[in-house]
Amino acid sequence: MVSPFLFWFVAVITVIPSLALLFARKAVHVAMAVVLVMVGLAVAYVALEAPFLGVVQIVVYTGAVMMLFLFVLMLVGVDQRESLRETIAGQRWIALVLSIGVAALLISVVDRAGFGEPAVAKTGGPAEVAPYLFGNYVLVVETLGFLLITAAIGALVLTHVPRLFPRRTQREVQAARVAAGANPVNKTFPGVYATHNALDAPALDPEGNPIEESVSRVLKVRHQTTDGIEFKDENRSRRRELGAKEGDA
Amino acid sequence: MLSVSWLLIALPLVSFFGLMLAGRRADAWGHWAGVGVSGATALIGIIAFFEMVGRTASERSESVHLFTWFSGGELNLDAGLLLDPLSLTFVLLITVVGTLIHVYSVAYMEHDPRRRMFFAYLNLFIGAMLLLVTADSYLLLFVGWEGVGLASYLLIGFWNHKAEYATAANKAFVVNRVGDMGLILAMGLMFAHFGSLSFADVFSASAGASTAVLTAIGLALLLAAAGKSAQFPLQSWLGDAMAGPTPVSALIHAATMVTAGVYLIVRSGVIYDGAPDARLVVAIVGALTLVIGAIIGSAKDDIKKALAASTMSQIGYMMLAAGLGPIGYAFAIFHLVTHGFFKAGMFLGAGSVMHGMNDQVNMRRFGALRSAMVITWATFGFGWLAILGVPPFSGYWSKDKIIEAAFVGEGWQPWVFGLTALIGAGITAFYMSRLFFMTFHGKARWTDEQHPHESSLLMTVPMMILAAGSALLGAIMGVGNRFQNWLEPVTGAHGHEEPVLSVPVLTTLTLLLVAAGVALAYWMYLRKPVPIEPPPGSLAILAARDDLFQDSVNRAVFQVPGTHLTRTLVYADAAIVDGAVNKQATGVAWFGEASRRFQSGRVRSYALLMMLGFVVIAAILVVGG
Amino acid sequence: MSPINFVYLASVLFAIGAAAVLLRRNAIVAFMGVELMLNAANLTLVAFSRMHGVLEGQIMAFFVMVVAAAEVVVGLAIIIAVFRSRQTISLDEPTELKG
Repeated sequence: MVSPFLFWFVAVITVIPSLALLFARKAVHVAMAVVLVMVGLAVAYVALEAPFLGVVQIVVYTGAVMMLFLFVLMLVGVDQRESLRETIAGQRWIALVLSIGVAALLISVVDRAGFGEPAVAKTGGPAEVAPYLFGNYVLVVETLGFLLITAAIGALVLTHVPRLFPRRTQREVQAARVAAGANPVNKTFPGVYATHNALDAPALDPEGNPIEESVSRVLKVRHQTTDGIEFKDENRSRRRELGAKEGDA
Repeated sequence: MLSVSWLLIALPLVSFFGLMLAGRRADAWGHWAGVGVSGATALIGIIAFFEMVGRTASERSESVHLFTWFSGGELNLDAGLLLDPLSLTFVLLITVVGTLIHVYSVAYMEHDPRRRMFFAYLNLFIGAMLLLVTADSYLLLFVGWEGVGLASYLLIGFWNHKAEYATAANKAFVVNRVGDMGLILAMGLMFAHFGSLSFADVFSASAGASTAVLTAIGLALLLAAAGKSAQFPLQSWLGDAMAGPTPVSALIHAATMVTAGVYLIVRSGVIYDGAPDARLVVAIVGALTLVIGAIIGSAKDDIKKALAASTMSQIGYMMLAAGLGPIGYAFAIFHLVTHGFFKAGMFLGAGSVMHGMNDQVNMRRFGALRSAMVITWATFGFGWLAILGVPPFSGYWSKDKIIEAAFVGEGWQPWVFGLTALIGAGITAFYMSRLFFMTFHGKARWTDEQHPHESSLLMTVPMMILAAGSALLGAIMGVGNRFQNWLEPVTGAHGHEEPVLSVPVLTTLTLLLVAAGVALAYWMYLRKPVPIEPPPGSLAILAARDDLFQDSVNRAVFQVPGTHLTRTLVYADAAIVDGAVNKQATGVAWFGEASRRFQSGRVRSYALLMMLGFVVIAAILVVGG
Repeated sequence: MSPINFVYLASVLFAIGAAAVLLRRNAIVAFMGVELMLNAANLTLVAFSRMHGVLEGQIMAFFVMVVAAAEVVVGLAIIIAVFRSRQTISLDEPTELKG
């Protein structure tokens, strides 16, 4: 038996957010509402002596499925505000009537079938569920594994973008770069010809002047760069005269 | 010989196919093959005849079983031949006269490149006609019936490069078809009521059938006979059938095919025994046609058409005799046989005249041919005397007997029929004499390029034989009622009843009328010059020249309404039947277009429809329980 | 309170999810409506499992969850693919099935 308070709590926490499905303008709001609904349902499962299922609900639905939804929303466009004006004539009213009709039908069917007292509860914890899953229904479990792999591959196949143009080789990139008159070589990394190669320390050219472009623009905008002059390697030219190779200490 | 009498039919049919398929290499001898086959059938016929004569009267019926034709189901019919006096009489007539005409045709068709096919068709005709008269069931008779119709069509339209000849062949076939409908109806009635189509079964079953059924069958058979024998109202084809070569007119449209109707009526005598009303109609039809033919014949200038009208009239005599019942059957057949000889002889004579006059047929262009074509004149003359009924020629024996029989009976019938026959004899005398005088006597009215000459032996010998028959056959058959006794097993015993006017009176009256007719013709066409252009005449003469408006009547009563009916039916078929089907198709297409609007392409509309469906079904399940 | 009340709750959630699918134009929001419907079914399963005192309902709900996860993966991949070609995820845009 479930306490009435628990039941009504679950009822409120599932029905009210699900109305956002109908009335919210932004899709992200809808997604968040649905997350709330899922959590509410998990509470319901636990209330119904199915703790394993409740946790699975959180992990799979809230954790995986709804995150998937949010990721796709991000890809597709989070900013879209959907106008709630109905374009197809009569759709709104017929849909409302039908939905209410469905609910009425289902409730009346259940109502008509008189149920007696609920039987003795059997808690559905992992230990109780496991014999079923890996006993009677092990074949189903394996098939579901199959299904999941297929779904994953299906998603890959569906979103695969076939290459329309051949890949630009490095040679072409370089040629275009030179033709445009840009710098043919990459930007220098921080710490070249210097004794310190932190990201905010600029590289030094052979005369010991810092190279501006070796530090990220973002750091510059945030004024988080350092002046790299103090890191100049003084002994470099002397060591060279002495015959030391590059790369030695 | 009687048991192999199927050869009578098989030989000519094989010859037909053979000559047809042999191709041009048979052109040199094809005609003689045809003559030979016809002669063979004559030989078989004669031997069979003598075989039958040798038997006693009660045994004069031979059934030859050929093969099982239909078996199983409701109709079981064997194909077989029935040889009895009636059929053998016809066999003799067909084969003997046929062979003579075959010989005649060798010379007549000498210059025609398709002579071989002509003989093939002639043989086809002989085979089919023999099948008709020897069949032992109505269905087999019908096969022969259709066969002679086909042969007639092929032969009338033999020179079908001339459009009007081909049309004449069509006309003959179509009018015959109307008659065939009667035969099919009769066979249907027989099958429905008697369950069989063989003569034996039908005749034995008709004793117990109702009068209504028998009358219906009788009238249907009369329709068939009228079609084949060119009796009223189906007589319009015979005049146009003269488009065929003259041997065809002689054989088919004088001696044999047109007599098939009389054969049918006489053979079905048992049926008419139970249907006196139908028999009366037969007599009326015969009497009517007798008069119609005579009137038309008096006004025709085309020698062949005049002879055709004469044939129509003489067959009217035969029908009248057959319609008088058992007293008349034998005389009908008697007249049929004698008519076959003298009319065929006269047609061959006309052909000989045409041959000598460059295929001219207008009698107003003949005249004084007696000296130019003596043998033709003599043989034609025999025929003329025979048809007049001058004793001792054959016509006297047969026609006078018919007139006597027509005067037998009670009430109005003997007077009407008898007087009709009597007056008809007078008119016959008139127009046949007119024909004879216009052709052979008087002044020559030939056109410049005509040099009439006598025909070759191949043509004149058959004519002579037929003339001998015209002279002698009547006496041979008539003396001592020999022919009647010969036919008795088939026609039934005839009572000897007295006509209402005594026999000597009748004979005298007949001869007087005949003399009057000859005299009138003599005065009009021998004493007075014959005008080359037909002179304007009274309404009656104009009507007679136009075949008593038979074509106009047919056109107005049958053809035009028929065309309208078919046009209406065609329109109804297109509009209603086709329209219904097409409207269905367009309706389906319209429905598709209307349903198409549900396919808006919008996902949410489809989702709505799915939801709607689900709710409806769930509601039904929930509420329905 | 009897677990049956949770079934009523599930019916209401199901109806709301169905309405969301029919009424919202954003494809992802509609998809979330589908997820809500699936969850409502799960709740029903667990509630009845509790009613009858057996664990089979919970096992089935577990399987439903797994399948729903796979479905979300593929469904969102489709939405991304459609977005890449059309630059919009409005459900009213694609009308190729019209007619």
